[in-house]
Amino acid sequence: MSEDPADRMRATVEAVYRAESRRVLATLIRLLGDFDLAEEALHDAFATAVERWPRDGVPANPRGWLVSAGRFKAIDGLRRRARFDASLVQLAERLDAETGDGAVSDEEGVADDQLRLIFTCCHPALPPDAQIALTLREVCGLTTEEIARAFLTQAPTLAQRVVRAKAKIRDARIPYEVPTRADLPGRLDAVLRVIYLVFNEGYSASSGPSLTRHDVSGEAIRLGRLLVGLLPDPEAVGLLALMLLHESRRTARSSTAGELILLDEQDRALWNRELVSEGAALVERALLSRRFGPYALQAAIAAVHAEAESAAATDWAQIVALYDVLLRADPSPVVELNRAVAVAMRDGPEAGLTLIDAILARGDLTEYHLAHSARADLCRRLGRTAQARASYERALRLTRQEPERRFLERRLESCGDPS
Amino acid sequence: MRYLCLIYSDESQWPKMPKAEQDKWMAEYGAFTEGIKQSGHYVGSERLEAASTASVVRQRNGKVSITDGPFVETKETLGGFFMITAKDLDEAIQLASKIPGARHGSVEVRPVMEIRRP
Repeated sequence: MSEDPADRMRATVEAVYRAESRRVLATLIRLLGDFDLAEEALHDAFATAVERWPRDGVPANPRGWLVSAGRFKAIDGLRRRARFDASLVQLAERLDAETGDGAVSDEEGVADDQLRLIFTCCHPALPPDAQIALTLREVCGLTTEEIARAFLTQAPTLAQRVVRAKAKIRDARIPYEVPTRADLPGRLDAVLRVIYLVFNEGYSASSGPSLTRHDVSGEAIRLGRLLVGLLPDPEAVGLLALMLLHESRRTARSSTAGELILLDEQDRALWNRELVSEGAALVERALLSRRFGPYALQAAIAAVHAEAESAAATDWAQIVALYDVLLRADPSPVVELNRAVAVAMRDGPEAGLTLIDAILARGDLTEYHLAHSARADLCRRLGRTAQARASYERALRLTRQEPERRFLERRLESCGDPS
Repeated sequence: MRYLCLIYSDESQWPKMPKAEQDKWMAEYGAFTEGIKQSGHYVGSERLEAASTASVVRQRNGKVSITDGPFVETKETLGGFFMITAKDLDEAIQLASKIPGARHGSVEVRPVMEIRRP
């Protein structure tokens, strides 16, 4: 901690920015009715804080202070620009009259603002790519560069996606509202999909520039918690449980050198017990509702793993049974693949291999590296080294993640020399 | 705010329909129109002649060219429209989803550009 008061104040403002800027933005968008105007106001509010707080001290309610300052700056700015554009006078007056300070301090209103922001960013009238980009930028506060890196896209492409989406929100008047009860199930699905995609982007890479991506997972979990707090839908609860249970293994799933460690080889003492018990309790809550869906089922599977003392002690029969239910609720080749791996654990590698080969023979998952690495693993356990090598090599060509590539290379080496 | 709801459908189906079924659709359009007039969302609506009656006009370097029909061969063509007024896109989508044509064709919802802009 620096002794210089200016440094300390800067650190304070930065901490407030990290904790509050997204909530302040969400409320400013509601008050000002425009994303760009609200973003500008947010920056002005923090600039004012940097100037005033060293002199006046940090306010008791920094968030409320920032919302008021942002709103004031925006209205003031519109009035000044109104000298060149008369239509802005009306807008400034309307904003001033309609958005009193009462709208600023109310806690519940602020939480609703965040939910409004999530639903607007995940509106089905926006292209799927734009929904993700917009959510990460507006709700989570990531920079365009960070999002581009996380999604392996060019920053300018991503920036354009965000600009277009914001223009559509404004021009087509996509509302800044939580959907009505009738529309909610469909709209919620879109939100859950975006949150889970965000989580996975942060979770699947655990080395290199991992800090940013770790934060991305943390943001997804934060969004999940917020959603559950406001809309205790069983699938929202299921998704949060699923993310927490995955997150509980984060430390265990890579070595200190950043090498990937699979579930059966992880040191279970490293699993975060707090997250496991929170996740397991949420799974139970979701399943008891009897209106659960694919997220709750996947979380239930993760919970069975989390509660087993070792890979061998895992209740594989229960996991296969849960995959059977999941396959009926949400049929997909990836779920089939995961079920095949569980069957291999229950009935032996031969049984699993037959199922995987059937999926591949159908032409499904032929470009999916995990299908080939799972196949390779079963071949290796059956002592079919040549087949294992071929499948590891295939998986290697298809993966784009560095830790996974190194993991596959190690497995390939362990298969011995081809000759 | 106004939204133009453009109704696209496979117009070749219409002549193949028995009279009773055509009457049923027409009655549904009538009921929909009456409903949005009552609720104050109606601005205007028209049904168009078949796409085969369309002419496409261009002027390039002062020369007018006229060609037949819609530019692209598509199964679904523009058959009519409703101009509605709604408070936001969600309300517009909710209204558009009740247009009978949404059930057999598709409805494109386009916001009308407002002149004034903050």
